[in-house]
Amino acid sequence: MRDKRRTDLIALAALVCTVVVLLLANRYLDDYKIRIINLSGIYVTLGLSMNLINGFTGLFSLGHAGFMAVGAYTVALLTMPIPMKEMNFFFQPIVPWLANVEVGFLPALLAAGLISAFLGVLIGAPVLRLRDDYLAIATLGFAEIIRVVFTNTQSLTNGALGLKGIPNYTNTWWSWGVAFFTIWFVSFLIRGSYGKAFMAIREDEVAAEAMGINLFKHKVLSFAFASFFAGIAGGLLASLLGTIDPNMFRITLTFNILLIVVLGGLGRIAGTVVAAVIVTVMMEALRFLDESINLGFIQLKGIPGMRMVVFSIILILVVLLRKEGLFTRLKGRESSYAEN
Amino acid sequence: MGNLSLFLQHLTNGISLGSLYALIAIGYTMVYGILRLINFAHGDIFMLGVYLTYFGILYTAIPWWLMFIIGPALTGVVGLLLERVAYKPLRDSPRITILISAIGASFLLQNLGIVLFGGRPRAFPVPHILNHVVKVRGVSINVITFIIPVVTILLLIGLNYFITKTKTGMAMRALSRDYETASLMGIDINRIISVTFFMGSFLAAVGGIMWGARYPQLMPLMGVMPGLKSFIAAVVGGIGNIAGAVAGGFLLGLGEIMLVALLPRLTGYRDAFAFVVLIIILLFKPAGLMGSTQTEKV
Repeated sequence: MRDKRRTDLIALAALVCTVVVLLLANRYLDDYKIRIINLSGIYVTLGLSMNLINGFTGLFSLGHAGFMAVGAYTVALLTMPIPMKEMNFFFQPIVPWLANVEVGFLPALLAAGLISAFLGVLIGAPVLRLRDDYLAIATLGFAEIIRVVFTNTQSLTNGALGLKGIPNYTNTWWSWGVAFFTIWFVSFLIRGSYGKAFMAIREDEVAAEAMGINLFKHKVLSFAFASFFAGIAGGLLASLLGTIDPNMFRITLTFNILLIVVLGGLGRIAGTVVAAVIVTVMMEALRFLDESINLGFIQLKGIPGMRMVVFSIILILVVLLRKEGLFTRLKGRESSYAEN
Repeated sequence: MGNLSLFLQHLTNGISLGSLYALIAIGYTMVYGILRLINFAHGDIFMLGVYLTYFGILYTAIPWWLMFIIGPALTGVVGLLLERVAYKPLRDSPRITILISAIGASFLLQNLGIVLFGGRPRAFPVPHILNHVVKVRGVSINVITFIIPVVTILLLIGLNYFITKTKTGMAMRALSRDYETASLMGIDINRIISVTFFMGSFLAAVGGIMWGARYPQLMPLMGVMPGLKSFIAAVVGGIGNIAGAVAGGFLLGLGEIMLVALLPRLTGYRDAFAFVVLIIILLFKPAGLMGSTQTEKV
């Protein structure tokens, strides 16, 4: 019990520190830096939600971009002012039942999470009996299908043109508030019986089933929670950026989140949080590579695309040098890939 | 033009697209068969093959037909080096780690492509002999549509001979059947894996060149979609099974063209077709059309 109390104290201290940092940041930092702080918070939520499936339940899912897209479009369509909708849908009018809807941010976020979770259950129920790589490919396929459908349903999503002028409700309190709620929820879930069941499934599916754990129920549940948070994070992102289009939600986005999860350590909450912040900040910090630098005596020309080259080299190096993730001490429990 | 000749035209288009998917899918399936790794960078190796050949034709004195062999060989070497650098050190790590490395390699190749080759599309210099239209009984066919399946079939015959008759091919099959036992039997794993990566990348590059001749627009991200679809072809056919990969490739290629041809209203959903097929197949035959089902050992 002392151990649990210590963790609680640390969590409380982290919470207080974050609040102080956010207060100071909102006061002294410019818009660009605030935006990075927001993005970090959103990526914390995304990383944790993916870690819930991939890390804690041991299901290899790559469908996050799809659920984010669902959440982002839900929030965009629900919060956008009615005149703005008319301006966006000049090509083909919006479906009548959405044309005159405008709700607040919180109900829109909740709707985003719930619709996304519902879709998660709908998709998860048939595909979750697949194993490992097959599950990964099937979920990746669903995410792609969602993107293609969103590109083609002109009267619902405005198709490839995307949506512009989404009201900017997301601020640091929203993004980090949701992040902290996710941290709390995931740790709460993991400590309880559900978490034990999830981890039992990860360790050995057959043994878990023999112990009386309902595999199907727990897998779908884990998937539903994860898609709920992915949807909410997508909604926060839409409201932060103000503009969305289906091409934002490509596989690359899922890979970014997977990267955070693996660097932070599978099944590790604190590691995921730290990795999310580091990866987000680093993506921005490397931006100078794409732009010209003036060192006074010498002018270095930026090369477009260089940022991602350096980023991927760092990624490969980190994986090669720290094979078990940046913040893990545990030995990898998963089977090595050459084992059959 | 009659309905029949129109249909035949779609059929030839479908077959040539299917051949290209099949060629790329073989690389995925061979690597997966031995290492149980989804080589996410394979689609970008395909892209690299086209670009290497493109630059070879444009900036060296090497004749194009020779470059069509040198290009894939160079690509094969790149594939082999990629495995040595990014995958080999991780062979004993958790599977997800090496997958991340594969994703990193894929990002790296794509963005190196953008930095080195520029983001703007380039036109592939297709030799005239490969690119003119002939009319056979009212069906107008571009010669390349015809060449693609022929080259593919020749390569497949060669591959089949290699896999079944040569010692290296046998070692490959042994490794994909049982990795550990095979390595205990004195098979030089590193060599076999290198050969596998070389061959897979070589075939992908040949597919890439023919892709470039068929759809002559080169972009650094051109490998992403064909790569994904070919991977799906490999899974649909039963991953690890070369005949399955070929069958899956033809199924997807033909299906995609026929979908657009017969139901033009669904053209926008073309890219989703492969994924829908994938999910349906996985639900009813989880190991793919020709894959063997493995029973769970307890």
